[in-house]
Amino acid sequence: MHLKLIAMWIWRFVVLALCLQSAAVVAAKDGFFSFGKDGYFEVTITDPYIELHTGPGRGYPIFHVIDRGERIEVRKQRTDWFKVRGTGGQEGWVSREQLSHTLTLAGEPIQIDEPGMGDFSKRRWEMGVLGGDFSGANVLTFYTGYAFSENMSVEVSGSQILGSFSDSLMANVNLVAQPFPAWRISPYFTLGTGVIDINPRVTLIQAEDRTDQLGHVGVGVRAYLTRRFVLRAEYKSYVIFTSRSDNEEIQEWKAGFAVFF
Amino acid sequence: MESRIRSLLLSPMLGLLIAMAMPVLAAEEPQEQVIQPELDRRVYTEADIDTEDFEIGAFAGIMSVEDFGSNPVFGIRAAYHITEDFFLEGAYGQTDTEKTSYELLSGAAQLLTSDQRKYQYYNLSVGYNLFPGEAFIGSKWAFNTALYIIGGVGSTDFAGDSRFTINYGAGYRFLVTDFIALHIDVRDHVFDSDLLGAEKTTHNLEAHGGLTVFF
Repeated sequence: MHLKLIAMWIWRFVVLALCLQSAAVVAAKDGFFSFGKDGYFEVTITDPYIELHTGPGRGYPIFHVIDRGERIEVRKQRTDWFKVRGTGGQEGWVSREQLSHTLTLAGEPIQIDEPGMGDFSKRRWEMGVLGGDFSGANVLTFYTGYAFSENMSVEVSGSQILGSFSDSLMANVNLVAQPFPAWRISPYFTLGTGVIDINPRVTLIQAEDRTDQLGHVGVGVRAYLTRRFVLRAEYKSYVIFTSRSDNEEIQEWKAGFAVFF
Repeated sequence: MESRIRSLLLSPMLGLLIAMAMPVLAAEEPQEQVIQPELDRRVYTEADIDTEDFEIGAFAGIMSVEDFGSNPVFGIRAAYHITEDFFLEGAYGQTDTEKTSYELLSGAAQLLTSDQRKYQYYNLSVGYNLFPGEAFIGSKWAFNTALYIIGGVGSTDFAGDSRFTINYGAGYRFLVTDFIALHIDVRDHVFDSDLLGAEKTTHNLEAHGGLTVFF
């Protein structure tokens, strides 16, 4: 029971750490901590006009247009929409497509392209969620990875395995080798180790909780989807080093998605 | 007389000063201004645009756990808006459950310990903004809103076990300002349980209101 509690807290810590880390990465990237801003990015309109919507979506009505040559401040971004303020004080939302047809005050074209394939092969951080089958049980995995180079990365993951006879928590560390990082659909190989805590169902006859070490090898594929998203599917073969005379071998299939930064 | 003496004294001094200053001026001419302003004028670029795709907040409501009564539920949620249509949401919630009717009627029988009566769940879901729109209060106020549908997978920790859980439902997001939103959500949490003997699928309905901020 103590082990289960400890494992549960480790699990929660992993989930919390993942959340905090993703927030920190995003915060660092987007300058979330730069409070007290006294200025905004300004651009000059080069299209005949741009349309201001009342909300960040294609369906929101257009309530104002600003003409060519006028300056606008870009206040914030939500998904593909930018909140802008004209010199007359009107505030509205402009699509990425329209805003890309403006110039910076230095006269250069604005760089607000979506992240693309190029960013995918140069990514540093990746985090995601995978679901699948762990020897007949449902498995949910959260992971985060850091790429040392285009080919090699290290990943830390936490999994919850929910079966008919037991539920388990598993933590893993593994190395990932990706031989063809520039491919849109790119295969990879993994090798790692971890620990699993197995709790039999309370409705079953008394069986003891146990914690075992394990090792695993795997093969998988990442498919670049769009923007900062990748689909990911993998197969892993685990060997659980039990305290019994023979080791337990388990096969796992998972698929899911990830974001990269 | 006095002025002549003054000019006699001044002119060589001026000459000297100019002579001293000339090479300095000549040397500094091609460079930028002598006095550098203390504050750099900051140039704002595309990277300074504040993106607000993340949403974080808390909720409270009522949750009905099949066979175990309806009780207050509290939780936290975080979402990432991928496009104007789709978002990902992670949530964690917990509620206490009551005794089943059987336990109450039989008097003595206890199915669960008080620790096991705590119901906790977490899930990861995909949402779709089905009906984005505007809501009007009077003739002066307009608010952005969205009716969304949502569904996903997760785990429920109840009665000493963790169960694989599917959730689905719908919600309404009301943006008070650009970055503060009110939510109303209805969710069904479905999992298989053999707690009362035979294995069966249980439906656990939750309705809650919440507050979130975008950042």
